[in-house]
Amino acid sequence: MAQMNMIQALNSAMDVTMARDPSVVVMGEDVGYFGGVFRVTDGLQRKYGEHRVLDSPISEGGIVATAIGMAVNGLKPVAEIQFADYIYPAVDQIASELARLRYRSAGDFTSPVVIRAPCGGGIRGGQTHSQSPEAIFTHICGVKVVMPSNPYDAKGLLIAAIEDEDPIIFFEPKRIYNGPFDGDPNKPAVPWSTHPKGDVPEGHYKVPIGKSEIVRPGGAVTIVTYGTMVYVCEAAARKLNIDAEIIDVRTMSPLDIDPICSSVKKTGRCVIAHEATRFCGFGAELSASIQEECFWYLEAPIQRVAGWDTPYPHAFEWEYFPGQARVALALRAAMGDEQQ
Amino acid sequence: MPRLHVPQPPTRPGDKPDFSYVALSPAGVIPKPEVQARSRDMEDVAHGLVRVLDDRHEAVGQWNPQLDAEDLQVGLRHMLLTRIFDDRMQRTQRQGKISFYMRSYGEEAVAVAAAMALQPGDMLFPSYRQQGIYMVRGKPLVELMCQLLSNTRDMCKGRQLPVMYHWNAGRIFSISGNLTTQFPQAVGWAMAAAIRNEDHIAATWIGEGSSAEADFHHGLLFAAVHQAPVIMNIVNNQWAISTFQGTAGGEQRSFAARGPGYGVPGIRVDGNDFLAVYGVTQWAAQRARTGGGPTLIELVTYRASAHSTSDDPSRYRPKEDYEHWPLGDPVERLKNHLIARGEWSEKQHKELHAELDAHVVASWKEAVSFGALNEGPRLDRHLMFEDVYKDFPDNLRRQSEQLAEEIKLNAELGLAAPKE
Repeated sequence: MAQMNMIQALNSAMDVTMARDPSVVVMGEDVGYFGGVFRVTDGLQRKYGEHRVLDSPISEGGIVATAIGMAVNGLKPVAEIQFADYIYPAVDQIASELARLRYRSAGDFTSPVVIRAPCGGGIRGGQTHSQSPEAIFTHICGVKVVMPSNPYDAKGLLIAAIEDEDPIIFFEPKRIYNGPFDGDPNKPAVPWSTHPKGDVPEGHYKVPIGKSEIVRPGGAVTIVTYGTMVYVCEAAARKLNIDAEIIDVRTMSPLDIDPICSSVKKTGRCVIAHEATRFCGFGAELSASIQEECFWYLEAPIQRVAGWDTPYPHAFEWEYFPGQARVALALRAAMGDEQQ
Repeated sequence: MPRLHVPQPPTRPGDKPDFSYVALSPAGVIPKPEVQARSRDMEDVAHGLVRVLDDRHEAVGQWNPQLDAEDLQVGLRHMLLTRIFDDRMQRTQRQGKISFYMRSYGEEAVAVAAAMALQPGDMLFPSYRQQGIYMVRGKPLVELMCQLLSNTRDMCKGRQLPVMYHWNAGRIFSISGNLTTQFPQAVGWAMAAAIRNEDHIAATWIGEGSSAEADFHHGLLFAAVHQAPVIMNIVNNQWAISTFQGTAGGEQRSFAARGPGYGVPGIRVDGNDFLAVYGVTQWAAQRARTGGGPTLIELVTYRASAHSTSDDPSRYRPKEDYEHWPLGDPVERLKNHLIARGEWSEKQHKELHAELDAHVVASWKEAVSFGALNEGPRLDRHLMFEDVYKDFPDNLRRQSEQLAEEIKLNAELGLAAPKE
């Protein structure tokens, strides 16, 4: 085991798979010589050469399109979109091509591309460096959508993604690259070395795609969340002294709904939390799926915590970000009269 | 057997700067075509380098716009103001007063000369590195600074990163953080001008790195199809964050040469030569205004500063690169030309520098009196919910009310509330 932050863990995932499998290639803007604007691909070009770690032109559509072609010809491309906010020029290639190639050719062609994209706010990035567009991609049938919340999962999920036979959009919550973040920007930063999930095996291992994880067991309410919000929810539940069970979804699509529903049936209460905009956010799907399965067990309406239905505003970052207070309001509402 | 080609910059940190890859032409040698010449009859201007200022600081050749000394002094003033403004704003970022900044150091002529060669009614669609156009069009510095500060007078009402200005009254389009999007939008604006029988033309700027985006193709395609009255500038400053211009396709042919492939004239010009940029823009503007259609201009320059305050170029290119850049410094070159003409002196230059610096400092003092991102008066947080739509929908009204509840709850939870 080694101490790693998420950047090092993701780097290690690519390093391990590239060493094992010569068909794995890395591509993206500034990922080669420079090692990526967040340093996630640091050192890979030096180690594996310029034919396996490619600096791409600034063309997200081109990056995804050529990655599809490479995958069709036997490579396993891991393409970086520098910020998830820049993924939109590639959406046609993702939605119409990457996601449907297996289906439309009845399995004759497949394109197992991994698209990595740093997402989320909390870094003063303004509206073009803060978005969480996962729901746009969970609505597309044929791509899997993953978001780890810690270094251990980041490495294990990225290795699993690279070895998966289907295309995967791999969102990396960049606010927690260097340490867990509980939503309070005034507190000093906490490094991953203080967290058990900062212990990461140096070699090959996988965290299964399509599996959620209970990160905090509890009996009073189920919090379903992912990414940075895992830590915000933990902190809010601690502050309110609520015995919350927190489930890290980890893979949004395909969704591991059974453990979530089992938990809600047990607690009878549910709060869903994500950073993305509320309206038609992934929380809407979670809420609907949980309600269908758990309606007769629910003691209170399911609550959603999310970013507001506006673009991510630079100057109002912490008013926009769903911090502990927003989670606390939802927890109180979910707990109903018992807590009042 | 095919072998994958991977473009390499000629030098890396620790290497001696080497710009032998930059194709140069002597000043004055590239002939200036007739304004209505056919694209196919003028393809040589896409490969040469239009230059007006020669090594003796004299203006030579057909592209010399023959400006009088007063115009040149105004140009020098705008470029110097841009540079001093950039320097000061960079420093305020380092002091934590603003969250982010992007300088245009070394590229001042690209914006200033072009904006001066256009008419006030022409519509500009810049990227984030043409702050010089704001100087030319006379936007008060205080207003730019208030945007950088995200304060109570922020033109963007706190919604945009620093530098992402807009100015409809000054006919400058809102800057996007996404690349190249403005390039085909400028073409659409110009198509509308033609549909509406207006005299005004559009001009747009992208970096050479951004020419890789599909929007570059969309822009050239529509401009060529409809012969839109638009000037499409590619600022080839050699670097797109860490990747050099070869990664965007600059190794095989000039960026200007992409124009002729679409039937659009392409002109490659010395972007650090104020007179050459002015002359070429003037030609393209006249062509557009008289029904000759679009022009693609490649402005060869050098990004002398980091990409942004988040970037460290010493990781990927030689530190002393700019001292060896073969096209010199745009401010110095225009200054030396004016001195050679007997219309300027080192003493005047020093005085101008002091005057502009004092202006920037005084403007900053005024701007911070309206607040800063983390201190002083703040924008009303309710503004966050406005302008998503023209009318204020119910879901946002509810969310705005919920935010007020959250802020009260912060105290109860022992959390610092976001500053008022």
